[in-house]
Amino acid sequence: MPSNDNAPPRGGEKACDGADSGARDNQPPDLSRRRFIKGAGIAGVAASAGALLADRTLAVEPESQNGGTGGAPGVLGPGAVPVTLKINGKLHRLSLEPRVTLLDALRNHLDLTGAKKVCDRATCGACTVHLDGRAVYSCTTLALDAQGHEITTIEGIEPAGGLHPVSQAFWDHDAQQCGFCTPGFVMAVTAYLNHQPNPTLEALGHALGGNLCRCGTYRGIKGAVLEAARSIRAKGGQA
Amino acid sequence: MADYHWPPANHRELIGKKIKRIDGPAKSSGRAKYSYDINRPGMLWGKMVGSKYAHAKIAKIDTRAAESMPGVKAVVVMIPEGGEVFWANQEIVAVAADSEERAEAAADAVKIEYQPLPYLVHDDLQTAGAQFTKQLENRTNGNPDQAFQQPDLVVSEGVYGAPVITHCCLESHGQVTEWNGDHLTVWESTQNVSGMAGQYAEALSDKGVPVQASNIHVITQFMGGGFGSKFAADTWGIACAQLAKKAGRPVKMMLERDQEQTTAGCRPSMYARVKVGAKRDGTLVAWQSEAWGTQGPRAEGSPRIPYILEPANVRASYTGVMNNIGPARAWRAPNHPQMALITNSAMEDLAAKLNMDPMDFFLKNIDLAGDHAKIYRDEFPIAARLIDWKAKWHPRGQSGSGPVKRGLGLSIHTWGGRGNQSNCQVVIHPDGSVETNIGSQDLGTGTRTVINIVAAETLGLPLHAVKVNLGDNRYPPAGASGGSTTVSGVSTSTRMAATNALNELLAKVAPSLGTTPDKLEAWDGKIQVIGNPSKSISWKQACAKLGASPITGMGRTNPALMSSGVGGVQMSEVEVDTETGIVRMMKHVAVQDCGLIIDLKTAESQVYGACIMGVGYALYEEKIMDQLTGVCLNPNMEFYKLAGLGDVGEIVVHMMTGPGYDERGTIGLGEPPVVSPGAAISNAVANAIGVRVPQLPLSPDRVLAALGKGGMA
Repeated sequence: MPSNDNAPPRGGEKACDGADSGARDNQPPDLSRRRFIKGAGIAGVAASAGALLADRTLAVEPESQNGGTGGAPGVLGPGAVPVTLKINGKLHRLSLEPRVTLLDALRNHLDLTGAKKVCDRATCGACTVHLDGRAVYSCTTLALDAQGHEITTIEGIEPAGGLHPVSQAFWDHDAQQCGFCTPGFVMAVTAYLNHQPNPTLEALGHALGGNLCRCGTYRGIKGAVLEAARSIRAKGGQA
Repeated sequence: MADYHWPPANHRELIGKKIKRIDGPAKSSGRAKYSYDINRPGMLWGKMVGSKYAHAKIAKIDTRAAESMPGVKAVVVMIPEGGEVFWANQEIVAVAADSEERAEAAADAVKIEYQPLPYLVHDDLQTAGAQFTKQLENRTNGNPDQAFQQPDLVVSEGVYGAPVITHCCLESHGQVTEWNGDHLTVWESTQNVSGMAGQYAEALSDKGVPVQASNIHVITQFMGGGFGSKFAADTWGIACAQLAKKAGRPVKMMLERDQEQTTAGCRPSMYARVKVGAKRDGTLVAWQSEAWGTQGPRAEGSPRIPYILEPANVRASYTGVMNNIGPARAWRAPNHPQMALITNSAMEDLAAKLNMDPMDFFLKNIDLAGDHAKIYRDEFPIAARLIDWKAKWHPRGQSGSGPVKRGLGLSIHTWGGRGNQSNCQVVIHPDGSVETNIGSQDLGTGTRTVINIVAAETLGLPLHAVKVNLGDNRYPPAGASGGSTTVSGVSTSTRMAATNALNELLAKVAPSLGTTPDKLEAWDGKIQVIGNPSKSISWKQACAKLGASPITGMGRTNPALMSSGVGGVQMSEVEVDTETGIVRMMKHVAVQDCGLIIDLKTAESQVYGACIMGVGYALYEEKIMDQLTGVCLNPNMEFYKLAGLGDVGEIVVHMMTGPGYDERGTIGLGEPPVVSPGAAISNAVANAIGVRVPQLPLSPDRVLAALGKGGMA
């Protein structure tokens, strides 16, 4: 199993940025970072991103369940390759180009649309899902890279016949207006409360600093997190 | 003729209570399907190519390489060769492919040659040049020249302003389009469900794809933010429908984040050089201002300053700077935040020069607010108590010797908020179930919940007994949701429709209760003789008397149930680190009226949200353009900064309700509370550090520059 050191990065762990390069002779920049990462081929990404991603993107672990890539180290793509993702406890065998992000795999290939695409570059947190219980930005995690991990989306946390305590608290505290950021916040809060069951109001600014809301629901969110924490503690369980 | 009125205060079970939004569970569980979430069988993904130049003629477009790429199914040229683009990233060509990644790659493969043209992307009036400016207003009231000559007049002068900001909707603009023969279905992210089909029909017919508006089905069940930028069938909607027609498959085309930030709307900038004078007792005498700002390629209209407090002697001009930053769109309370910032900053600077507490200064002149003066008189003491103004306010700059300074500031604002034209249908079925149908939309403001409350209250039923249908143009037409017009549009039309349906039901039921319909009421799940629960039948029994046919009641926006014109007072407390220039909003108080409140919970949320949005534009938000290349430098969310959860201090909201307010009927609320935060926070910073930071956002470099400690501003 991967250590924390080579787990998919969240937010500010970006290793390269091509967005502002190339403005020469008054020519507007031509290369976006997103297209660079997703379009350059996996070998290129690994080379740029350095050791952080190298061992998990270049070499496919032979014993992992990624169906048919052969396990030989080498360059994957640009064509579709078999990818197996374990999402909400269930295995999904897909055929995806290596450049497909986890977010696009969820939304475009599996119709799991709870995670939203907003900034598409690891700033706003609307795409937040859990990888082995940790909150990650699925917009900047390659689907390929999520193989072998337990992926949990908001669709996977709802208990049968009721709302998850965090979702319930968001409703009770009106911690949502347009609601587009809400699933990402709920997933970020859920991961946070598993890690910190007794949060303080003061800690929330940092803990939830990786998610953004445009309608201005932060006041409701603060109340919702504290209430959800109480409710989960009272049930003696995990978020 | 039925008599339509709101129930008296002692006869309201639901109206005015704190009721949780009915679509909350769908949203907080991720089940809510926004237009962006619609996936159709065989659907393609659309992507657009934008201009590399801020202003250019398109010399040549070559789409052959893109068309031959794997998975590409259709290409549409949106601006032909010989056409002109007016801002960088303006959309030129759209492609559709069988995966999002392939569509993106195909868009990159489109080759466009340009003939660059002169452009301007800044909004500095002094250096813009005559061809980029147009004076739009120059008005004089009274005799400002003479007034400023009065002996003993205290005069304050300053320059104030706010830059262009963007809407930054989290759900970017866009839609899914699907043809079925000559019928088109559009899942649009829009604030204007009922007004969309006509726009699509007209634009598509112009593009050689004739379709009747009556054959266009528009659906918006959930909408991820608009703030005034989502009223039109945009170029990408039309191109999306063209792509779908060409490919014979549904197409989803949502804007990329950089397109959302550069193309899909921004708020105009506004700056002004102001001179304002008052007598030594604080009586406002004269105002003079030269204002300017940009709203993109066109210059039209003119924001009116001074805002609210307009003395008898005024000279005010406004000049539009026409530049190549992309067109402005209505941004929550169009122009008011800028007008409030400039006016209320100048007024507080004048108060400081008079050595007056600004609250005393505003109250001294509040009669200039006309009909709303009483509202402000009611609100000021409440706001002052909630922020402890009298104890905490200090004369400017007297904030201790440490590096971190505290200060208080205030602002006032107004807005209209009259209801839009909406139609509602209430259907009572023989089995007792009830539905309301209305072609409106819920932007997250709580529209569904408001309709539910009004219908249930009118029919004497619990909330869950009424099914609310909206977000579909097959329901009776409703106005666009903009300008705080929806709450009155939907609640008055629903009240009328539900009353009409109920009256018909009462007529059917009256004989069995041995009375006449006018002696009956719907209350607590029953139809009963007014005030007499013992002479009643249950709602279900009553509806069973309908036989096979449901009752349909129609209603439309009812002026007797609503009004317009609100007032609000906000006060802010900030902390400024004079060594780093960092400003923190510590506490913000908003006191707001909006007539009769239907749902106090979502109403308060509107105000909280507006204050938080206000922290964003006061402290962080700015669309930054590069004059050298003509492009936007922060078309993303890491450098276009929204306020985060940790950036927002305590917020206290007080809604004006009860006698004097409820009887005004409903008034819209979305816009007004977002007007004042910029001014109140700017004034608080001036109070803290003793000098004015002339421009928003109050970023560290601007604060340090105002303190004479360097910085770039």
